[in-house]
Amino acid sequence: MKRRDWILCVTAVIALALPALTPFEKTVAAGPPTVDIKIDNFSFTPPMLTVKTGTQITWTNGDDIPHNVVSDDQSFKSKVLDTDEKFTFTASKPGTYSYFCSIHPKMTGKVMVE
Amino acid sequence: MPLKENRNVILHDHNHDGVDRRGFLKCMAWAGTGALCVLQGGVLKSYALHDPSGVHKAAKGDLSFVQISDSRMGFNKAANPDVIATLKIAVEKIRALPVPPEFILHTGDITHLSKPSEFDTVNQILQSAPTKDVFFVPGEHDVLEDNGKQYLELYGKNTKGAGWYSFDKKGVHFIGLVNVMNLKAGGMGSLGTEQLEWLEDDVRHLSKSTPVVVFAHMPLWNVYPEWGWGTEDSAQALSYLKRFGSVTVLNGHIHQTMQKVEGNVTFHTATSTAFPQPHPGAAPSPGPMKVPAEQLRGLLGVTDVNYVRKHHALALIDSTLD
Repeated sequence: MKRRDWILCVTAVIALALPALTPFEKTVAAGPPTVDIKIDNFSFTPPMLTVKTGTQITWTNGDDIPHNVVSDDQSFKSKVLDTDEKFTFTASKPGTYSYFCSIHPKMTGKVMVE
Repeated sequence: MPLKENRNVILHDHNHDGVDRRGFLKCMAWAGTGALCVLQGGVLKSYALHDPSGVHKAAKGDLSFVQISDSRMGFNKAANPDVIATLKIAVEKIRALPVPPEFILHTGDITHLSKPSEFDTVNQILQSAPTKDVFFVPGEHDVLEDNGKQYLELYGKNTKGAGWYSFDKKGVHFIGLVNVMNLKAGGMGSLGTEQLEWLEDDVRHLSKSTPVVVFAHMPLWNVYPEWGWGTEDSAQALSYLKRFGSVTVLNGHIHQTMQKVEGNVTFHTATSTAFPQPHPGAAPSPGPMKVPAEQLRGLLGVTDVNYVRKHHALALIDSTLD
């Protein structure tokens, strides 16, 4: 195979694969359901939430102070979220997930996954 | 207890008057140019110290040291966009003390996000302090992500466990405790069994006349449990200190001055050098309090502590950055 042909071939393969890699793919109707939990004034809103299995849950820190999101059984743990930073967890297994901010442990919340 | 108007002066004199204050609860706090105190039944009220005319009272004692707290290096939000400048002012205040302090205690939250550069900046600023002896305990913001590994690498020399230790200076026994590790959901600060056992052993051989100073980041008394301002197992720790004639507990974390005297124990929280936080319950959350720029320095400060040997008393003088 000539070098130019080889490059064309590789380019074609990348072009074919590209749609599957683009983030736009997520916006189609078949994407997983999503919910948002806000962190404001040292509390999670809503503090209790019931979602379907497979839901993507995103926490966003709106405070001037860093927080994190840690489930009591350690099944998920975010890094420390500074102002406006987000953490997403996909609820792939049914169950009740109690979580808290391990920096400010008075902040607690619960997600029920059906 | 003498109080002087227009002065940020606190004098706790446990043994001098022979009054048995066990079981007697009293809160003393300072607001503006006056003194607001008195409290009964265990309900605490707190008032900020923002007296621009506050002056240092140069107590001639056998030992004097300074407490600073919550420098929160890396914080850059509206409540104080320049925490470097305010820490530098705090160091200038210390340099200006009529009696140079023997050492400095930093009661934690040295940094905002536990970044190496934040620790480094604080350490560089403290180089200009009049003493090179700075004793630290970690705040929860100093042990983010790595469970305190970095903190111990920087400050953990000669400490035990998560960074607790004790030392003696001129007959006073100092104990640095760590109450920001392994916090449980819904709870407050925590010391843990291993540290409590160490503490019990550490004070076992001291004579009861030894003045004891305990310092830790989160308050070792229940300032406001609703905001997590307390330590779950602090009562256990304090039970080991009951037999001592004079115990002083110095904390940070709540970014405001608060005092309580209970029995032989005087509790004191220091202001932050970075930003103020609201009084307990006075806001929806304990987040940074934004105040007009001209008021900010009046809500930040340092605490100067003097020990007079013959009275076994510790005098605490809070000074704002104004």
